[in-house]
Amino acid sequence: MTDSAIVLAEGDSHFPPGIHSFDFRDWFTGLSDTALAHMFTTITFAVWASVAILIVFFLWAYRKPQIVPSKKQWLAESAYGFIRNTVAIDQMGKKEGVKFAPYLATLFLFILIMNMWAIVPGVQVSPNSHIAFPAMLGVLSWIIYMAVGFKKHGFIGFLKMTCVPPGAPWFIYPLLIPIEFLQNIILRPVTLALRLFANMFAGHLILLVFILGGFEMLNSGNIFIQGLSVFSFGMGIAMTMFELIVILLQAYVFTLLTGMYIQGSLADEH
Amino acid sequence: MIHAAEGGAEILFPIWQEILVGAIAFGLLCFVLMKFVFPMMEKTFEARVDAIEGGIERAERAQEEANQTLEEYRRKLATAQEEAAAIRDEARADAVAAKEEILVSAREEANRVIAAGHAQIEASRQQLVRELRSEVGNLAVDLAGKIIGQRLAGDADTTATVDQFLSQIADDTAETSGAR
Repeated sequence: MTDSAIVLAEGDSHFPPGIHSFDFRDWFTGLSDTALAHMFTTITFAVWASVAILIVFFLWAYRKPQIVPSKKQWLAESAYGFIRNTVAIDQMGKKEGVKFAPYLATLFLFILIMNMWAIVPGVQVSPNSHIAFPAMLGVLSWIIYMAVGFKKHGFIGFLKMTCVPPGAPWFIYPLLIPIEFLQNIILRPVTLALRLFANMFAGHLILLVFILGGFEMLNSGNIFIQGLSVFSFGMGIAMTMFELIVILLQAYVFTLLTGMYIQGSLADEH
Repeated sequence: MIHAAEGGAEILFPIWQEILVGAIAFGLLCFVLMKFVFPMMEKTFEARVDAIEGGIERAERAQEEANQTLEEYRRKLATAQEEAAAIRDEARADAVAAKEEILVSAREEANRVIAAGHAQIEASRQQLVRELRSEVGNLAVDLAGKIIGQRLAGDADTTATVDQFLSQIADDTAETSGAR
């Protein structure tokens, strides 16, 4: 907990925390005014570290796969098998599911590890609390489910399938088609990105409120308020536990919804 | 830095450098995991299914084979038992025949031996009788001569004794020869 406060203080943040708490200094101050600004920060470090952890772990764990798995191989297989079975195959069936499982599993693991930085002492901020990363992933999901839909049903066919709900009376189409178009084609990636971003943003903010609040109370000079800071720190710890649930859930939800959208594109016309 | 302005809506505008970093990092991750790791896992899953199904199949085949072998052995055993019984019966028949034969020949032999024995005994007896007869005659003559010579004018007792002895010998001889 104290670690985070030190790091956060570095961001020149004072109580109350705000959007300025999400700014991270460039590690190399000389780059700040060039195009390379924002490329070497705690945030991008967390991104690269996430990718490195995943690549190293999986290549190491799956170097020599056995029919009867070792412990590390079993762990790696479980991580993949979890998304493969509960998201991909459950939604799309065995044949299509196995085809999309690798992407969905990679997506899940990437979001999961990125989210984990929110409760790693010393960092305690997830790259996903910067809209750039969720937005990038949301757009990718959008590209995939649109492409899959166009390939399966053709350009017009897919648009018709997505925007024209069957069974509706014709005179309601002028109202229904724009709504469906907005909902299924414009808002899906936006909600995907915003849901993840907002959760991680809010999680970071909540941790800051209780931890920075605790320090603020300690510094107050009033012995009574100083005593109460214990509760603030306690809440900070409790919220960290809560954050863990959010981390797992959001990674899963993002993956599940992406899988659902792809499945919707693969589905036969109603 | 960029977010320094007041208002807060800036947090919804992505920083393009971060998008770039995110895209490159995620692309790299996708490349490695989707090319080198997850397809291997699918292969392993398949191999595992194969191994399990193949194992079951192999076990079934082995079971079948074992059953066949067992059946064959049972059949062979039954045949062998029949053969053994046949051989035993035959042997028993042979033994009985051999026994009969032996008995017959033994009986013949015995009869022959007995017959030869009888003949020999008869011959001995005849000879003995002949010898005895002549000897008895001589003895009688001797005895008679002695008695007569010593007490020729003897009493009636002696005379009677001699008479009785002689008649007895004659009787005995007649009796023995009559029995034959």
